[in-house]
Amino acid sequence: MRDVAVVSFAQSPCQAANRRDDMADILLPVIREAVYAAGIGRDDVDFVVSGSHDFYEGRTFSYIESLDAVGAWPPISESHVESDAAWALAEAWSWLQLGEGDIALVYGIGRGSLPADLDQVVPAQLDPYFLAPLAPHRDAIAGLQAHAAIEAGLTSEQGMAEVVVRCLDAATGNPLAQRSGQVDVAQLLDAPYVSSPLREHDVAPIGDAAAVVVLAADDAARRLAERPAWVRGLDHRMDTHYPGVRDLTTSPSTRRAIGRAAELAGFTTSDVDIAELHTEYSHQEAILTNALELNGAVVNPSGGPLAGRPVTATGLIRIGEAARQIRDGNADRALAHATSGQALQQNLVCLLEGDG
Amino acid sequence: MSRRVAVTGVGQSKQAKRREVSIGAMVREAVTAAMADAELTFADIDAVVLSKTPDLFDGVMNPELYLADAMGAVGLPVTRVFTGGSVGGHAAIFGAHLVQAGLAERVLVVAYSKESEGNFTWALSRGLPFSAPLGAGAGGHFAPVIREYIRRSGAPEHIGWQVAVNHRLNAVRNPYAHVHRPDITVEEVRDSRMLWDPIRYLESCPSSDGSCAIVVTGEEHAGHTPRPPAWIHGMAWRTETGHFAGRDEVNPVAGQQCAADAYRQAGIDDPAAQVDVAELYIPYSWYEPIWLENIGLAEVGGSWKLVEDGRTMFDGALPVNPSGGVLSGNPTGATGLLRFAEAALQVRGLAGEHQVDARRAIGHAMGGASQFHALWVVGSEKPEAA
Repeated sequence: MRDVAVVSFAQSPCQAANRRDDMADILLPVIREAVYAAGIGRDDVDFVVSGSHDFYEGRTFSYIESLDAVGAWPPISESHVESDAAWALAEAWSWLQLGEGDIALVYGIGRGSLPADLDQVVPAQLDPYFLAPLAPHRDAIAGLQAHAAIEAGLTSEQGMAEVVVRCLDAATGNPLAQRSGQVDVAQLLDAPYVSSPLREHDVAPIGDAAAVVVLAADDAARRLAERPAWVRGLDHRMDTHYPGVRDLTTSPSTRRAIGRAAELAGFTTSDVDIAELHTEYSHQEAILTNALELNGAVVNPSGGPLAGRPVTATGLIRIGEAARQIRDGNADRALAHATSGQALQQNLVCLLEGDG
Repeated sequence: MSRRVAVTGVGQSKQAKRREVSIGAMVREAVTAAMADAELTFADIDAVVLSKTPDLFDGVMNPELYLADAMGAVGLPVTRVFTGGSVGGHAAIFGAHLVQAGLAERVLVVAYSKESEGNFTWALSRGLPFSAPLGAGAGGHFAPVIREYIRRSGAPEHIGWQVAVNHRLNAVRNPYAHVHRPDITVEEVRDSRMLWDPIRYLESCPSSDGSCAIVVTGEEHAGHTPRPPAWIHGMAWRTETGHFAGRDEVNPVAGQQCAADAYRQAGIDDPAAQVDVAELYIPYSWYEPIWLENIGLAEVGGSWKLVEDGRTMFDGALPVNPSGGVLSGNPTGATGLLRFAEAALQVRGLAGEHQVDARRAIGHAMGGASQFHALWVVGSEKPEAA
């Protein structure tokens, strides 16, 4: 295996709605920032891969608009995943293993604010014959999962509110967060349910942002970063689709992914200092912590998705944030997690490490 | 190439205007056939790659989630690739990369579209800030490019009609093809309705339901079944910006570079002489001469003469799309993978009625405004350089 590292990360501010900029205008400054921070020119990039989704944009081929911000002339080697850009990073990491190039640019762009009614968009992810016609609203299946998690004794409404309080407090140190502040648990528990037992604060706020990661291999990584955040292990796994046949209180795909990632990395979650988890809902922190067997790591020091969830960029931001902690010397080992689908159906785990 | 990689399983569904099965069942048809061909069970698969054109075509968002069970992908890494019409080629190449990089031993690449559950031309006639809402679909985009090709090359108009006939006659040999018109004639194509000048109805691809799947494995696992593998000799993808002043969309640079890279890996220096058969992404008949020139299988400006001389027909020296190609079936998400898979079938000697004499074949896919290109060269013989 080649050693591959995150050498640069940038993101735009998480906004509930960016009505000033189009897709390319959101993305271009972030690409410039990440490329500049890595000290490279765009011509140095050997491979470009991105993640986005047409359903939020309400048009086909929306990713071509974002590609215009990158530029593809002269022609480039390029690919795209129609999902969270964490999966784009996985593709870039795989591509760098081929040894055909040393530097890959990964970006995610998502504008969750564009759909007039997310309650029509989100159920489109479900089986189109048996589940989508039931038209569960955007948080309905998560509500079932939260209820099951409480029933199973994994968390409580109080415990979920405590997660939110911690995350919003951590986000006060993150100028790019969409939400932050000091709130207290009692105040949160006064709010009405949006999808019992979930309250508004339990739902990661959907919004708009772009994120960019530059990956580099071997000597290129050492040249481009003072302290590269080495991707020591990376894996992702899928669970069955049907919520009715899943145990929603567990995440077997996360468990499999961390098992494989740890095998590649030679270390596991008990060794990580921080973990950035793609928690779309507060109750998912307990499910993921269990599946990952996290023990003592600081979870979501950036504030995590509960402080801002730009669609199809949130997972990549987790990897970028985990890498930032290593590159800044705040952590020696870190874990990043990304998810896709309803109630954590698909999960990706990435283990990162700084030079000792 | 760092590790030799081969295709050991190919499966596809029957293509049709409307398949009266669920998306999951249609995908499963191809998956089951590919697994049976490779003589593998799901427990043998390490990763799944799903190729699909825009989710707005048939309305399922992130279909890799819904299809997890149908693809046998529960517990596996699943990557959903999307790069326009070339996506099937991109997915095949990404699957091969996973094996080549040693990250997987056996990868299942799956592709489908169920165009009957959506409105394809609506989804492609998008309202961009600077384009008129013409509802012109894909043909409206490509017609001016074709006119420019005709202007440059001086090709007579019957070339497009002839290609349409050739591919439809080839499709009669392919039981999976959507369009079967054994009696088609040049006159019939000529007299068919004009859709986007100069593209006539019978020079256009259909909208189809259909699926395709392939199994890609490392060298150690290839060749242990009674059926021979298709060895990957070279593969490449390239993208260029779709719209800018001075861009040549008739002969896109990305397509040239993509082919050149794959030929270099395959040790091919004279593709026209060293390739026996080509499965090319030809959604409108005129794209046969256009792509033959773009990927170096013919002299620039001269490829239409190959069509005129019958050299690209089924019995010709360089058969193009013996399967019937895109003109005879176009489940867009699978169309690119079908080209790659059909190339593999040819060099494996498993193409049935549409088998031609082939030791080396090209699979090719294109997407967007001819800005996404993917191509692989497969052969019956194990490549020399490991």
